[in-house]
Amino acid sequence: MSFEPKILSILCNWCSYTGADLAGTARMKYPPNVIGVRVMCSGRVDPGFVLDALRLGADGVLVCGCHPGDCHYVEGNYKCMRRIPLLKNLLQGLGIDPNRLRLEWVSASEGGRFQEVVTEFTEQIRALGPFKPQEWSFNPVETVAPHHERIAAKAVPA
Amino acid sequence: MKGSRQRRFRHDYCIQAGGHVSKPKLAIYWAASCGGCDIAILDIETKILDVADFFDLALWPCAADFKYKDVRALPDKSITLTLFNGAIRSSENFEIAQLLREKSVVLCAFGSCASDGCIPGLANLTTRQDIWDYVYLKSPSVDNPQGIMPQTLCQVPEGVITIPEMWNTVRPLTQVVDVDYIIPGCPPQSDKIAEVVGAVIDILKNGKPLPPKGTVLGAGEKTCCDECQRSKDVKKITKFIRPFEIVPDPNLCLIEQGIVCCGPATRSGCGAKCVSAGVPCRGCYGKPVNVRDQGAKMVSALASVIESKDPKEIENIIAAIPDPVGTFYRFSLPESMLRRAQV
Ligand code: SF4
Ligand code: SF4
Ligand code: SF4
Repeated sequence: MSFEPKILSILCNWCSYTGADLAGTARMKYPPNVIGVRVMCSGRVDPGFVLDALRLGADGVLVCGCHPGDCHYVEGNYKCMRRIPLLKNLLQGLGIDPNRLRLEWVSASEGGRFQEVVTEFTEQIRALGPFKPQEWSFNPVETVAPHHERIAAKAVPA
Repeated sequence: MKGSRQRRFRHDYCIQAGGHVSKPKLAIYWAASCGGCDIAILDIETKILDVADFFDLALWPCAADFKYKDVRALPDKSITLTLFNGAIRSSENFEIAQLLREKSVVLCAFGSCASDGCIPGLANLTTRQDIWDYVYLKSPSVDNPQGIMPQTLCQVPEGVITIPEMWNTVRPLTQVVDVDYIIPGCPPQSDKIAEVVGAVIDILKNGKPLPPKGTVLGAGEKTCCDECQRSKDVKKITKFIRPFEIVPDPNLCLIEQGIVCCGPATRSGCGAKCVSAGVPCRGCYGKPVNVRDQGAKMVSALASVIESKDPKEIENIIAAIPDPVGTFYRFSLPESMLRRAQV
């Protein structure tokens, strides 16, 4: 089966969610790979949300907020603008391609832009392939039999 | 919490078959540990005499010679308290963790290695194979032309020699067995250890209820910043600097001077010891209450002091933090959301 990326998009209430809504009501076509979650402001996007999404099976995370200067809460999107690159560095250090995370500004009137961004990002993630976090939970395979039992069980190499 | 659900130490834990009263048993164990936690216990000074007076030692490899088989021979739940330090990175660590869980009434993850994975947990940035290749083949001080690698089983004329199996991923104790309490810190501060030990002795002597399972002992509820005496002016910065590059102002928050300090993402409890000595907090008390990932919290905290609205400039400012993973997760990578690097 071909790989269909699972993408979480976190959208700010005032611009990007409305933009995505506009894309929908205008019947613009875009890949069905994104699942949108609405937050009040891109400044609310805790870096932990992104790590959690990756941990729980997302292949990519798209964060969308109002264009700089347009934030409903004045400064929220600047906070996001400062967090995302540092978070990308953190992802890189954890051996995760930082291109799995993307920040875009989409205003309420930019349905077309949302369509473009989603299409492009889906292709980008498709090219990167699935993200399978290794061993984020306890892996019983590694719980080899206790030491003294192993000795009895294993053939001893000469 | 309902009274009926509270666990109490009943006196018969201290009464042996036959009716004569014996002392409660204490075990102190090190798994993948540096030994610092054991030293921190000895550092409680004269209080160590109270401990020796009140408890019988069942196991303390750092201080006395005990055999695992003696511990195996004990009945289940016959050790009243186990302070377990060190992370789990080998079959031996795991086996003894399971053994001590069975034998102990109360099992405490003692220190950052046992609670969060700590420094040994930074091995999760790579793989067992890469570590072995470096240590046994590539390190400049190694001379191993035949490429001899450790074997878990080895036949010699006298019989079979075995060593434990090293795991690919380091885990805190809390991820492999059921843990009752956590005492954080690398190592936990001695005054806090003395406090906790004093409280335990009090509980045992007077039959008081135990704190709810999962309680973090010897630490606070807030962040290191809360205990820090430095003044916070909410000043913004335009560049990060390394601690050796300046002599920091002794009264001003280090982050506001451009030094990466993990205080905002670290549990209080140590009394902000490092920070008051002019050294940034590295985060050894682990994540504060309600924070799930220390690194993610540090990303938020540092991003919020950057003074810039220009993406290029922001990138340049954060480029001055050379190793975000090693800095933000220095003590907590195995307990972070992703547990290890993807390699
Ligand atoms: S927590 Fe720190 S002091 Fe204790 S064993 Fe681990 S590295 Fe050593
Ligand atoms: S960031 Fe560091 S220096 Fe600043 S208040 Fe917090 S602990 Fe103190
Ligand atoms: S200041 Fe930070 S690193 Fe230093 S002892 Fe306290 S919690 Fe640990």
